[in-house]
Amino acid sequence: MTAHDPSPHHLQLTRDGQLRHFLTLDGLDRDLLTDILDTADSFIEVGERTIKKVPLLRGRTVVNLFFESSTRTRSTFELAAKRLSADVLNLDISTSATSKGESLSDTLLNLEAMASDMFVVRHSQSGAPHFIAESVTPGVAIINAGDGRHAHPTQAMLDMLTIRQHKQRFDGLKVAIVGDVLHSRVARSQIRALNVLGAEEVRVIAPGTLLPKDVESLGCTVEYDMEKGMKDLDVVIMLRLQKERMEGALLPSEREFYRLYGLNREKLALAHPECIVMHPGPINRGVEIESAVADGPQSVILNQVTNGIAIRMAVMSMAMGGQVAERQQKAERAKA
Amino acid sequence: MTAQLDINQLLDELETGLRRILEERNVTEPAVIGIRTGGVWLADVLSKRLGIDQAFGELDISFYRDDFSRIGLNPRVKPSSLPFDTEGRDIILIDDVIMSGRTIRAAMNEIFDYGRPASIILATLIDLGARELPIQPDVAGRVLSLNAHQRVKLRGPDPLRIELQETGQ
Amino acid sequence: MSQTSNQSSPQLLITGGRLIDGEGREVENDALLIRDGRIAATGSQARSTDVDDTINAEGWVIAPGFVDLCCNLREPGNGQKGNIASETRAAAHGGFTTVCASPETSPVNDSGAVTHLIRDVAASRSPIRVLPIGAITRGLEGDLLSDMAGLRNAGCVAVGNGSRGVRNARILRRCMAYAQTFGLTVMFSPENQALAADGYAHDGLVTSRLGLLGIPEVAETAAVMEMLLLAEETGVRLHLSQLSCARSVEMLAEAQQRGIKVTADVAMHQLVFTEDALAGFDSRFHVRPPLRSESDRRALVAGVRDGVIAAIVSQHQPHDTAAKQAPLAATEPGLSTIESVLSLGLELVERDELALTDLVRALTTGPASVIGRTAGLGEGDMADLCLFDPTATWTADDSTLVSAGRHAPVIGRELPGVVRLTLVEGQKAWDALQV
Repeated sequence: MTAHDPSPHHLQLTRDGQLRHFLTLDGLDRDLLTDILDTADSFIEVGERTIKKVPLLRGRTVVNLFFESSTRTRSTFELAAKRLSADVLNLDISTSATSKGESLSDTLLNLEAMASDMFVVRHSQSGAPHFIAESVTPGVAIINAGDGRHAHPTQAMLDMLTIRQHKQRFDGLKVAIVGDVLHSRVARSQIRALNVLGAEEVRVIAPGTLLPKDVESLGCTVEYDMEKGMKDLDVVIMLRLQKERMEGALLPSEREFYRLYGLNREKLALAHPECIVMHPGPINRGVEIESAVADGPQSVILNQVTNGIAIRMAVMSMAMGGQVAERQQKAERAKA
Repeated sequence: MTAQLDINQLLDELETGLRRILEERNVTEPAVIGIRTGGVWLADVLSKRLGIDQAFGELDISFYRDDFSRIGLNPRVKPSSLPFDTEGRDIILIDDVIMSGRTIRAAMNEIFDYGRPASIILATLIDLGARELPIQPDVAGRVLSLNAHQRVKLRGPDPLRIELQETGQ
Repeated sequence: MSQTSNQSSPQLLITGGRLIDGEGREVENDALLIRDGRIAATGSQARSTDVDDTINAEGWVIAPGFVDLCCNLREPGNGQKGNIASETRAAAHGGFTTVCASPETSPVNDSGAVTHLIRDVAASRSPIRVLPIGAITRGLEGDLLSDMAGLRNAGCVAVGNGSRGVRNARILRRCMAYAQTFGLTVMFSPENQALAADGYAHDGLVTSRLGLLGIPEVAETAAVMEMLLLAEETGVRLHLSQLSCARSVEMLAEAQQRGIKVTADVAMHQLVFTEDALAGFDSRFHVRPPLRSESDRRALVAGVRDGVIAAIVSQHQPHDTAAKQAPLAATEPGLSTIESVLSLGLELVERDELALTDLVRALTTGPASVIGRTAGLGEGDMADLCLFDPTATWTADDSTLVSAGRHAPVIGRELPGVVRLTLVEGQKAWDALQV
């Protein structure tokens, strides 16, 4: 028996299939993901102009709600919103201040009352943006800027944009994601995106302690041995390893991890010669990746920043568009 | 009706009009910009007719439209491409049809975000009147007035032709 | 429970209906005469008597009143989530005539004083029978033994640790040995705390996709195995509360075959829902133990069918709205279920997963026997009855739910099975005609 609850993708889309929230890539089809990438391409061009601003979100208010601090991600969202001409309010709310659901709801309702049109939400708990979109402020477009271990859909889409720029396609690509998949919202979103966009194979390469249960069900194969896993790769994505993973008995030491799963020149040489190297950052040099590789010719880590702004502009303008169009339609229906 | 809308005749009108204005204003090195999609096809044709070697620009005004709050973002947006510096240039802006004038407003706003041009000459193939903004073409191939059930559309790019559609009952 | 009056001793006759007794047997009988809180006569003997009131139960099912081994009445407590009056009325609406009150109250029921308080409040405000379960460790902290003899003397029918664990196997072993001294049944929710850690959802497909923190199956199965071995060694009567895994059912059956004194229950929502219920981050389905896979669900249903699992419980956990209004991990676990148990069970019957007779057994004699009670429809049996119309439908929403907890498992969709009358010792605890 199914619960009466709508699944996330119904929540994210308007009746005519436009984006109105951006919470997860689950339930979004290949056409929509391609639209996001295409729109981002147009915004990349905007970024090359004298005046890098378009008036799309003029008069709209975007609130960056970061319950988990991240200067880097917040800055790209802020810049994206400003380039769309929105008014931007940055709120760093420590999770401790709103650990009770009640006060979280109250905070958000207050912000909504200040005529906010969009919340960009980062939260340490999986599903928090979904909760806000569904139960707290359904009239505000919610953009997920990373929730717990669940999803980081804008990061995954900017990675897809980077891959498309270098490989021009997804069909036939072999992509590996290496490292701490268990705790990674980025990896979950990337695996989904690569599957939807038609990559031939997504491999995760990690020790058993850093893989979620039944990880294959997400649409990937598992390889414990990185040297075997590098074979024929077109793209290798390195994940960040948090230091605290040693404490919970997930790993013995950084040294052993680097030896087994760190990307160095020797391991990279086992991949396809044109294999590109990606990393969502910030990089732990000498833990996940050797400096010579991170800064080497196959690394596309720096491109990812420009693409980050463009993807966020695309997603923000599309979701705001869906949200305002739906508002307008509702108002017109109410009149009729 | 179709006889009146012979594309070549309209293009001749446009070309003649543009040559006259360029001469009047003493513009020697104009840069051509077409508004997607029809305006781009016309920009191509007119650049050739006017003997302008400089590659023409393509403008997608999706990010500048004023009906965003009604219909949201056009999902088929493509990057604009201006292969020249607009700062201080004399621009010929080309679109297929002018009606309300809103598209041209959006296009001019976008052009200014690339740099401040010296001047803009507006050329449209067809002028349907019904203006909502105080914007007039400097030259139009033909002024038409349609009834409520008629629509006009430029098809192309090869061959370019004008379609007059009867809609509704 | 309200006092019954002996002075006038009114007589109530129930005619018609399909009778299913506590053993899950169809009873050939067309009338029940209720007098002095008991079934005084049946059949033609009942019909020949002059009565004060007659109920025509044509088309209904007449069963012994349901017995719930795990119900949170939230009193003593701060009252936001419900109280004995509101939740026992909800239980009567659900067809229950006896509920065991969980020791997880505030303060915890770890002393005779709290037990007396619960019984006193129930005596004046509850339309049904309330039997307290005592805390097996002080404050349910899992470290120190509670005054079990005192709890038993005050009226606790069993001791347990609610949904919380005991510090380690050594303390668990001592809890069992001490309870065994007094012939007390111990009730434990099997969960290895170290393995469950910070989890709040079944470690499986949905958890992996949504990035939730999982509770692996082995957190339960390792605890079941440990408890079975300790029960075998100490000789205590062990009741495993709210199983969620197929493997647990297997181990339970095997232990029963070996002659270990062990029984178990399962929450009705575990028989109906799976991990998929969390797919949309629906915090209502944040329950503990978590909803697991479809194969687990099927094994649990089979366990009830075969009688390996003696009882279906409500595991009723009413909450205020705020407790469920937060990101999933920050919400409190539990569903407001007691009014939906019968309907969810009837849906299992409709889908041929469970026979109606098995359902009735697991809601009556099954749980009653765990706490040393009986449930029957024979002459002389206590007139604790549930009369329900299995074909009528209702919809759970704010207007129909009696519990203070509005997070019922199925909201806004028609459910089969309407309780028409709940009788406790012959007194009407719930009468649909008068609501």
